[in-house]
Amino acid sequence: MTGLPVTPGQTIGPFYGYALPYDGDSQLVPPSHPQAIRLHGTVRDGNGAPVPDALLEIWQADAEGNVVRVEGSLKRDGYTFTGWGRAATDDNGSYTFTTITPGASAGGVPFIAMTVFARGLLDGLFTRVYLPDHGSDALLSSVPEGRRGTLVARRDRHGLVFDVALQGEAETVFLSYPRA
Amino acid sequence: MTQSQAEISDEIRAISETYAGGESQPRLDYPPYRSSLLRHPTNDLHHADPETIELAAPVFGQRDVDVLESDLTIQHRGEPLGERIVVTGRVVDGDGRPVAHQLVEIWQANASGRYIHQRDQHPAPIDPYFTGVGRCLTDAAGTYRFTTIKPGPYPWRNHHNAWRPAHIHFSLFGTDFTQRMITQMYFPGDPLFALDPIFQSVVDPQARERLVATYDHDLTQPEQSTGYRWDIVLTGSNRTWTEDGDPS
Repeated sequence: MTGLPVTPGQTIGPFYGYALPYDGDSQLVPPSHPQAIRLHGTVRDGNGAPVPDALLEIWQADAEGNVVRVEGSLKRDGYTFTGWGRAATDDNGSYTFTTITPGASAGGVPFIAMTVFARGLLDGLFTRVYLPDHGSDALLSSVPEGRRGTLVARRDRHGLVFDVALQGEAETVFLSYPRA
Repeated sequence: MTQSQAEISDEIRAISETYAGGESQPRLDYPPYRSSLLRHPTNDLHHADPETIELAAPVFGQRDVDVLESDLTIQHRGEPLGERIVVTGRVVDGDGRPVAHQLVEIWQANASGRYIHQRDQHPAPIDPYFTGVGRCLTDAAGTYRFTTIKPGPYPWRNHHNAWRPAHIHFSLFGTDFTQRMITQMYFPGDPLFALDPIFQSVVDPQARERLVATYDHDLTQPEQSTGYRWDIVLTGSNRTWTEDGDPS
């Protein structure tokens, strides 16, 4: 591997709460949107305790599977789908996004890309949120069967549930992306 | 239960002495930073070939960020206390390509080492004229620039008499989603470096130095502010780039 030496990451720390969250951050679409779904879950540590100071971000295609490239995530107009959102966990370690179900992009099974930051986590983590009825997928197939389920959301009344375990028996599969 | 600085420093030293080289990122499992004990994954990260959405990044623009948000000293009706500084540099990918027109977010303590955040109970003064939050977009060359106040060090409860070196938190996006990074910028020559388990979690000494800004007198403005330069290198892009530099 060639290239410049990279700048290391560092923990988000405990005090991002007045800096990174903003009005509308977790609402990629308004809840009144006809296709709106709720994507929610709980972030837990190695003891199963909720993590109240985590920050999650999602990035996804639109309902037709298009990767959208429009500004406006920080100042939402209520009409433009930007594909990106941010949600801090609450005191119970829970987060909620309001979004739409991503469609399949060319050559791939649809998933929502997610990053996880938290106090106590020295660098950000990447994962994928697959839909419950996902088809055959190279990455999922490469994950040992016993852990595969940690990448797949389950359905509830309002949409999708995806829990994140930073550590422990149900530890989420986190990803690294070595250069192709 | 609460360890002394000497005990934490011993742990830091022991890890450093067994370091074999080849690391460029912080260790997720770094026991001297006590909060990491239950919050680091114990499985290796699973290698994924980035695809579809991961090969692109969210787009931010002037609709998202007001140009005034890059000056943290003009957000209130008066001048904040402390040493006014300019912090600037370039955001590039691992091949040196500029990350152009992309969002950079920062947050920090005030000159006394106090965050506005309610959870910060450090009894140092809050500055009514300083919030400590800024945003900007990089330009076509990948350059960001903030005007702010030099933050103070602050105490925390990792161990007895623990103090963080002064730092500014940076949140960065690349051209690929896989380049998303949050980190901290430090100031040169800080005496707290050796004592701080968060800084030392980057076990490689050269990698650690890449978190430290450089004082640059060419950025210092007469009667106005001192200047620091800090360039940021994200991981390489996995996209296919055409010769004129546009991602295909």
